[in-house]
Amino acid sequence: MKRETLLAIVGALALILCAWAIPWLKFVLTVALAKGIAVLGILLLLRAGQVSFGHAMFLAVGAYTVAFVAPSVPEVLLLLPLAALLATALGLVIGLFLVRYRDIFFGMLNLALSMVIYSLLEKMYAITHGTDGIRIAALTFAGVSLEREVQEWVMFGIALTLAIGFGLLVRAYLGSPMGRALAGIKTRETRLEFMGVSARLVLLFAYVLSALMGGVGGALVSMTTRHVTPQLAYWTSSGELVFIAILGGAGSALGPFLGATAFELVRVYAAAAVADAWQMILGGVLLLVILFAPGGVWGILSSKLKGRGA
Amino acid sequence: MMEWFSDNGLLLGLALLDGLSYAALVFMVAVGLNLVFGVLRIVNVAHGSLFAIGAYTAASIGIFFASLGLPAWAGYIALVLSALLVGAVLGPLIERLLLRRIYGHEDVLQLLVTFALFMILEDVQKLIWGVQPIMQDAPMKFLGTVDIPFGEDVIPFTAYQLFVLPGVAVATLAALAWFLRRTLTGRVIVAVTTDKEAATAMGIDAAKIMLLTFSFGAGLAALGGALASPTTSLVPGVGASTIVLSFAVVATAGLGQIEGAALTSLMIGLGRSIAVYFAPEFEVVVPYIIMVAVLLVRPQGLFGVLETRRV
Amino acid sequence: MSTPLLSAKGLRLAFGGVKAADGIDLDVMAGEFLAIIGPNGAGKTTFINMSTGYLRPQAGRIEFDGQPILGLQPRAIVRRGIGRSFQLPQLFTEHTVLENAALAVASRLGLWSPLAPLLRPAWREEAMDLLERFGLQGVAGSRADALNEGARKLADIAMAVALQPRLLLMDEPTSGVAAAEKMQIVETLVRVLRQSGVTAVFVEHDMDVVARFADRVAVWSQGRIAALGPPAQVLADPVVQRDVIGISAHA
Repeated sequence: MKRETLLAIVGALALILCAWAIPWLKFVLTVALAKGIAVLGILLLLRAGQVSFGHAMFLAVGAYTVAFVAPSVPEVLLLLPLAALLATALGLVIGLFLVRYRDIFFGMLNLALSMVIYSLLEKMYAITHGTDGIRIAALTFAGVSLEREVQEWVMFGIALTLAIGFGLLVRAYLGSPMGRALAGIKTRETRLEFMGVSARLVLLFAYVLSALMGGVGGALVSMTTRHVTPQLAYWTSSGELVFIAILGGAGSALGPFLGATAFELVRVYAAAAVADAWQMILGGVLLLVILFAPGGVWGILSSKLKGRGA
Repeated sequence: MMEWFSDNGLLLGLALLDGLSYAALVFMVAVGLNLVFGVLRIVNVAHGSLFAIGAYTAASIGIFFASLGLPAWAGYIALVLSALLVGAVLGPLIERLLLRRIYGHEDVLQLLVTFALFMILEDVQKLIWGVQPIMQDAPMKFLGTVDIPFGEDVIPFTAYQLFVLPGVAVATLAALAWFLRRTLTGRVIVAVTTDKEAATAMGIDAAKIMLLTFSFGAGLAALGGALASPTTSLVPGVGASTIVLSFAVVATAGLGQIEGAALTSLMIGLGRSIAVYFAPEFEVVVPYIIMVAVLLVRPQGLFGVLETRRV
Repeated sequence: MSTPLLSAKGLRLAFGGVKAADGIDLDVMAGEFLAIIGPNGAGKTTFINMSTGYLRPQAGRIEFDGQPILGLQPRAIVRRGIGRSFQLPQLFTEHTVLENAALAVASRLGLWSPLAPLLRPAWREEAMDLLERFGLQGVAGSRADALNEGARKLADIAMAVALQPRLLLMDEPTSGVAAAEKMQIVETLVRVLRQSGVTAVFVEHDMDVVARFADRVAVWSQGRIAALGPPAQVLADPVVQRDVIGISAHA
């Protein structure tokens, strides 16, 4: 536990240092933190032995909420909770249906529903401008319009703060009776029922929480990139989230942020060079991690630290 | 009501015909997915990619044949060749190199592995065939069109979509039903589906059956893609929408149901093409609305059997 | 004469052509230990599954403490005070034994707190106390999938007991356990259950265990109760000897 806290503090400081030393990295790191928050939600579901191939839909809902509302209310501090609220509401509606299913059905139904959201965003041109997407104009923070450089720092700060907040929340949740029961769904769902506990309700809570974090992540991404497109909800985006979760490792609430930072940094350098083979590389690395390093980056790091007796 | 029909009858007729040929293609993919799941207990997320690769391969071979100056009917050989290639080369390759390592593992791990494969195949396809649309409709043009009387109107419809697609689907359904029930290999496959341990204990080489089934399923997906290739221009992304759609069919029908998958394909195919003509913005959504509606009422699918866990 | 705690009347359930319950009538009295014996496939587990809401009989009724419970979800029946343990122990294999026990305690006292830790002092103490009563304190920190079969069986039952049931249905509590350990396990069980005043129904194949610990024995045969009475009387019955014990011993 101590090791985890230490690593989290070192990591946060390293991020701030990088953002200060290499200004253009602020943007990349903010997106990484935002995605890390969304991936925390994937991690919760993985604890229950479930994987969602459609979680990007909650990011998209968060992002489009910002895009739709920003013209009338350009306030970051109002947009974030609103995005979280709408994603949570969608998560609740979808979750009520989905928690009846497990494994294959759970994963694929998520995928199917996200494709529905994607195609609605793409086809409803009058509202969403289809694949052109929507540009997000300048935002205010606590009523103050900010110049570009300051705004970047503000977004970075918000993302980091929320990342730490949600990280702590998820850690507490996973150690709570509900979190332990969630992990129980993976191994002995029948026992939960015979303890008088509704496994569906346990999973629903996690699902709604994951939708909330997806919405927050999406809102942060859209505020940082200032542009939303239906691509946010496409299956490849969901695939990336799952990829990041596995890459980072499901063993700790730090995993998603380790994974997301590694992922976004590599993408900055590699994606342009191998745009056509990007998914292939992701898939290949995913296979390698699953087959040879199932603990992900977190697993490797924590065993290294253990080895040194830290 | 009558007025609506006289205004929209032609459209409805077209929608039904389109739906029929579309359902035939959906069935080809869904039935393979279903068969593979039955025997391997793995839902292959990359199944849709095999459909896409089958389509591209067929188009490439067709274009190659045309460049050799072969007659138009040779396009049909291209379709079959494509299915055979995917079934006999790609199928065994995937099963041996990848799937064999994860039999009996947790579901989430199996899903992730086939999802990774899906990501890889989507890009392989882009690297080979690029992102520009490819069109090879010689097999469809070759058969020309048929005029179908519809009330006072006449609908010209391609004979390929009217006869070949549904014909192949019905033949596949009949052949599969016969194969699984009447031949030794078919019965062995059913035995492995029902109880792998017992089948293995009886001396059945389950590994071989799994290899065969997966390759066969891959071939069916590729054949579906090949058959679809003349009717549309091929673009990246077809793999994703195909797997999601065929999963919707399998989930709606119930896992492990072959005849059920046929009926459900028809239902979803018709539903979608009616949407194409009457509410195009909902085209993609309709299959999932049908699926969700069915699953809300019957979580095990229309024809599925509820499995109780042993305690 | 006290009223029965659990009362089953005319339970019928067939799977295909197999009659797993073919008119089961059984009253379980408060405070007694009732053993169910009979060959495999006689419908013993089916009876437990029907009484806990896992399977629904096609006919008949079941009352618990005078209230009908048929049609209730398993978790609703658990909350009314019927616990069960499993032939194959159902433990959360990735959790420690202590966490397993604490989860059971938590599910009774209120699981729905997403921020406070599971192993909060009060729950930890109750869970430890429970494990001590079952002699499991030594393995509290082990992962549940690292236990031997006897300890897993006991932990499985301990989780059911943590819910403070009034009636506990145990499906073969000693199957798969080494013969030397068997008596010790049953003695532990009986002691804990008597202390807590829990009425128990248990499926058992070992006639020594039955003879020593059961107040009454019900003999199951092809979905029916073939005999019912005190062990000394039932086990001595030549028909039971031939048809049930003979088969059971080889099962």
